[in-house]
Amino acid sequence: MSARHKRIQQRLAPWVVTIFLIVLWESACRLFKIPEFVLPSPSSIATALFQFRNAIYENALWTLVTTVIGFGFAVVIGMVVGLAIGASALVYKGIYPILVAFNSVPKVALVPVFAIWFGIGAVPAVLTAFAISVFPIIVNVATGFATVDPEMHDLMKSLGATQTEILSKVGVPRSMPYFFASLKVSLTLAFTGSVIAETVGSNHGIGYLMLAASARFQVPLVFAGITAIAAMAVVMYSACAMLERRVAHWAFRNGT
Amino acid sequence: MSPPDVAEFGASLSTAGVIPAAETPFVELRDVSLLYGEGEDGMMAVDHLRMTMQRGEFVAVVGPSGCGKSTLMKLVTGLLPPSAGAVLVDGARVTQPIKDVGMAFQNATLMPWRTTKHNVMLPLEVVQPHKARLRSNRAGYEELADRMLASVGLHDFRDRFPWQLSGGMQQRANLCRALIHQPKLLMLDEPFAALDAFTREELWIVMQDLWLERRFSAVLVTHDLREAVFLADTVHVMSNRPGKIVLSRKIDLKRPRTLESTFEPDFIEIVHELRAKITEVRAS
Ligand SMILES: Nc1ncnc2c1ncn2[C@@H]1O[C@H](COP(=O)(O)OP(=O)(O)OP(=O)(O)O)[C@@H](O)[C@H]1O
Ligand SMILES: [Mg+2]
Repeated sequence: MSARHKRIQQRLAPWVVTIFLIVLWESACRLFKIPEFVLPSPSSIATALFQFRNAIYENALWTLVTTVIGFGFAVVIGMVVGLAIGASALVYKGIYPILVAFNSVPKVALVPVFAIWFGIGAVPAVLTAFAISVFPIIVNVATGFATVDPEMHDLMKSLGATQTEILSKVGVPRSMPYFFASLKVSLTLAFTGSVIAETVGSNHGIGYLMLAASARFQVPLVFAGITAIAAMAVVMYSACAMLERRVAHWAFRNGT
Repeated sequence: MSPPDVAEFGASLSTAGVIPAAETPFVELRDVSLLYGEGEDGMMAVDHLRMTMQRGEFVAVVGPSGCGKSTLMKLVTGLLPPSAGAVLVDGARVTQPIKDVGMAFQNATLMPWRTTKHNVMLPLEVVQPHKARLRSNRAGYEELADRMLASVGLHDFRDRFPWQLSGGMQQRANLCRALIHQPKLLMLDEPFAALDAFTREELWIVMQDLWLERRFSAVLVTHDLREAVFLADTVHVMSNRPGKIVLSRKIDLKRPRTLESTFEPDFIEIVHELRAKITEVRAS
């Protein structure tokens, strides 16, 4: 088989699998006459998506914005804290236990607190998205820094490099693959965070929409909401993956 | 602006040595000891080590595994402070990593995110005066890197990434990087050990040519006695840990040495002499 043939196959594979699953789902719903409020069929979800397209669009956009803001903060703060932890053993010793403790708190439990502090609205969602997604970034960036090859370090020192130069020329590039790996995890977590927050303390967003729909037993609309979240997450994930290919292309050692 | 020239740097180095070389050693280790760890758990890696080295001299250090050769390298370059004794380079006591060193380790330690050429150019971004000049004279420096890579046969690989190079190619790039900023001191810690015999011998020739051209001071750690005798002016033999110098053998063979000359009786005789000494210290 030619290399081109193989590539086309790999391109098509995800679509084939997805379409196959949808067809399976649809036929199962029809064959076993599953009631719509238990498991709506893909076609009725599609109908709901179309019927409520305006509401879904507005709320999806809201969720996207809160998620991206929270995630953006997580990226910046995660980078800075990760860098500090990775570069200094003292900072690591001082901060790490607190971070671990903080990370073990179920973030859902924080949402009502955020709602009390900041009221119903976007802020609790942004904060939850941030809180849930910052930890993996910190840990990964710190790992990237901390695992710099000691010989590389010695080499830089023997050239008379300053600590800042060692960080920027070795630490940062070295931690990039770790950083991007964590972005992928954190991004999906950020969506989870903001949607959860919307179901508790918001009157906007996909989470709110889903909650309202399920209260009215509009199960197809709930699933339409899920579809919207999934679509946004996939698009954002692909964007991260593309950025990764650009910035840390050297970590993919497969020729080309 | 003209590219920084190899010969020009060489000249500035040799004029610096106004004082007759024989009187002030370039590198001097005065009863240097190094203890890894502390107290009971401490391990003496080198003990009361004495060694001197002249400016422009090529020195090889051989000895049993674990006797403290890599430690010696780190002591000389100031990467490790001695537990006792003093390290002097160019008459000054070494208390922190010294400037103007080129180092090549056993692993090539090229940065995987840089192309071969940009790896070779790394010291230019860090070491003065190149660092200050790099921006305004980028083209000149790129040309210098190209020329160095060409001299070790890597011209066609300058834009490849290290993992696209074979082990021997990586080592050659590593040597270029160690030399590009014209260091006055070159430290080589078994840089050829991972290579096959043919590539290794090829690199001996490259190394000797570079040295004959520029006359930097060099310390080469190696397990290969032929390599030591081929390249060095003086071969130091170290004892088992804690390491000491037990024999310093001058190599008076004329230069440039050729691969054929390694089969001549006087060459072989020196190799045998060194081997006998190492066998003796290993047994003790
Ligand atoms: N960072 C370290 N901490 C503790 N002990 C060390 C450390 N580095 C080296 N040693 C010990 O010091 C001794 C000398 O080590 P060194 O690396 O200098 O040996 P070497 O002569 O270079 O050996 P080889 O020829 O195998 O490379 C060894 O016994 C080693 O176990
Ligand atoms: Mg060693």
